[in-house]
Amino acid sequence: MTSGATEPPKLTVPPAKPSNQGAADAGRDTLEPAISARDLSIFFGTHQVLKRVSIDIPARAVTAIIGPSGCGKSTFLRALNRMHELVPTARMEGQIRLFGEDIYARDIEPVVVRRRVGMVFQKSNPFPTMSIADNVTVGLRLNGMARGSMLSEHMEKALIMAALWDEVKDRLNAPATSLSGGQQQRLCIARALAVRPEVLLMDEPASALDPLATARIEDLILELKRDYTIVIVTHNMQQAARISDQTAFFYLGDLIEFGSTSKIFTSPSKRQTEDYVTGRFG
Amino acid sequence: MDGTYHRWRKFKNTFMQALTCLCAVLVVFPLGLIFYHVLTSGVGSVNWAFFTQLPKPVGELGGGMANAIVGTFELLGLAAVLGVPVGILGGIFLSEYGTTRLNWWVRFGADVLNGVPSITWGMVVWALVVVPMKTFSAWAGGIALGMIMVPLVMRTTEEVLRLVPGGYREASLALGIPHWRTVLQIVVRTGVKGIVTGTLLALARVAGETAPLLFTALGNQFWNHRLSDPIAAIPVQIFDYARSPYEDWHRQAWAGALVLLLLVALINVTVRGLTRDRFSTRS
Repeated sequence: MTSGATEPPKLTVPPAKPSNQGAADAGRDTLEPAISARDLSIFFGTHQVLKRVSIDIPARAVTAIIGPSGCGKSTFLRALNRMHELVPTARMEGQIRLFGEDIYARDIEPVVVRRRVGMVFQKSNPFPTMSIADNVTVGLRLNGMARGSMLSEHMEKALIMAALWDEVKDRLNAPATSLSGGQQQRLCIARALAVRPEVLLMDEPASALDPLATARIEDLILELKRDYTIVIVTHNMQQAARISDQTAFFYLGDLIEFGSTSKIFTSPSKRQTEDYVTGRFG
Repeated sequence: MDGTYHRWRKFKNTFMQALTCLCAVLVVFPLGLIFYHVLTSGVGSVNWAFFTQLPKPVGELGGGMANAIVGTFELLGLAAVLGVPVGILGGIFLSEYGTTRLNWWVRFGADVLNGVPSITWGMVVWALVVVPMKTFSAWAGGIALGMIMVPLVMRTTEEVLRLVPGGYREASLALGIPHWRTVLQIVVRTGVKGIVTGTLLALARVAGETAPLLFTALGNQFWNHRLSDPIAAIPVQIFDYARSPYEDWHRQAWAGALVLLLLVALINVTVRGLTRDRFSTRS
C-alpha cells in the first residue's frame, strides 16, 4: 500500500496536533465518540434550521436520525462533512469534533474533512461518463491518493465491501448507468468507501429503492458498522428500528431526544418522540 | 342550437390548426427555395478548377476560389483559437463560480453582444487592430470572427453545464475532490458533447459572416502567405463577385454560395450526429 492511500491527507492539519489516524484509533479504543457536536446552530440566511444541537455519536455503530420533513435532519447530516457550506448563505455556530478534532477550525479545509467523512445521497448518482470501475476509483484518482495497480486493488476491496463485486466483476468497464437502481446505489457506497473514510453519512439511501434492494442496502449497513461509524437519515421508522443502535429524533430544528434505538422506540422519555414513532404525527 | 355551436368550435379548431401548420411550413419553405436556387445557379461552376485555382484576372474565363476556401478555414481556425477558450472558460465561470449579481451583468453583456450587428464588430476591430497595424490582415479577420463567437460559446457552455444535475457535483465534492477538479473532470466532462455542439454551431454561424471581414480581412485575389497580410474568404469573394459587372464572376459567386452553404450544412449535420449520440448514451 502506498502511504498516500493508507493515511488520511494531512496537508492542512497543523503539526502540533496528533495525526488523524492516531486520534481515530485512540477514539475507537477508549469509546470516545466519533463525532461530538456542541451547541450546533445552522442558519440559511436569517432562517435558523438547527438550534443549539449537542450530540455524541458513537464510533463503529449505526446512528439513525429521524424526524418529520423540514426538521433539520438533512442539514445536520450535511454539517458533519461541511456539505451545507455549498449553500452560499449558510452560516454555522457551535462546534463539531471528529475524533476530538475540530473540523471547523480555521486551518481545516472542507476538502480534508470530506475525505474523512464520506457521504451517500438519496438519489444514486454514479458519474454517467464513467465506467463502473472508474466510478469506484474516481476519488482515489482525482485526489491523487493511489494510482496504477493499487487502484484496481482498492477498487476490488471497495466493491466487495459494498456487496457488489460478484455482480459486476465481469463487466467493470460497462457504463455505470447500465446498472439497476439498487446496484447504482451500492456503487455509490463503494465509491464513498474507496477513499477509506472514517465516517459514512447516508441521506435516505434506500428511499428510492424497491423493498428487495432496500433489504440489501440494510444488510450492507449492518456489515459496514464493524469498520465504520455510520450516520443515517431515514424517513422509514421500521428501517431505523431494524438497523440502528442509536436514534436521534429531531423536530423543528431541535434535537428532542437521543438514545438507544430500543429505548426511543419502546419507552421514549419525551411526549413528542412517542407521538412521532407511534405515527400520531409527522 | 347545440349542433351549430359545435360546428363553429370545430371550424375554429381546424382553422387554427391549419394556420399553425402553414406557419411551420413557411419556416422550411425559404430554406428549400434558397437551396434550390443556389444549387441550380451554382452547380454548373463547381468544378475541379474552382477548388484548386486562383481567381483569374478580369476578362479571362475560368479560375477558382482555392485561396478563398483555404482562407475561410484559416479565419475559422483563428476565430476558434481566439474565441472558443474565452467562451468556454467564461461559460464555466457563469455556471460554476461567480455571484448572482456579477453573473447577471455578464449574462446581460453577453446577450447584448449577441445582438450587436456584425458590421459593428468589423468597425471595432478595424479601429483596434487594423489601424494600429496599418494593414488589413488575417489576424484582424480572425479576431473579429472570434469576438462574435465568444458570447455565443459562452452562453451555450453555461446552459449546458447548468443542465448537469447538481447531484454529480455533490457526489464529487463529498469524496473530498477539490472544487476545480470537480468542475473540470466531473461537470465539464459530463457536458462536453453539448459544449462541442455549441462551439460547432458558433463556427457555422461565423463561417458565412461577410460584414465583419470587409474592414478586417479585406479579401485577396492571391494566396495569403502571412497572417499579417489581407486574406481571402468565401463570403467576401461572393460579395465582390456578385456586385461586379461580369457574367463569369456572377457564376463563380453562385458556386461560392453553394460551397459555403454546403459547409454550413455539413457542420450542422455533424452537430446532429453528436446530439443523437448524446441521447442514446443517456437512455
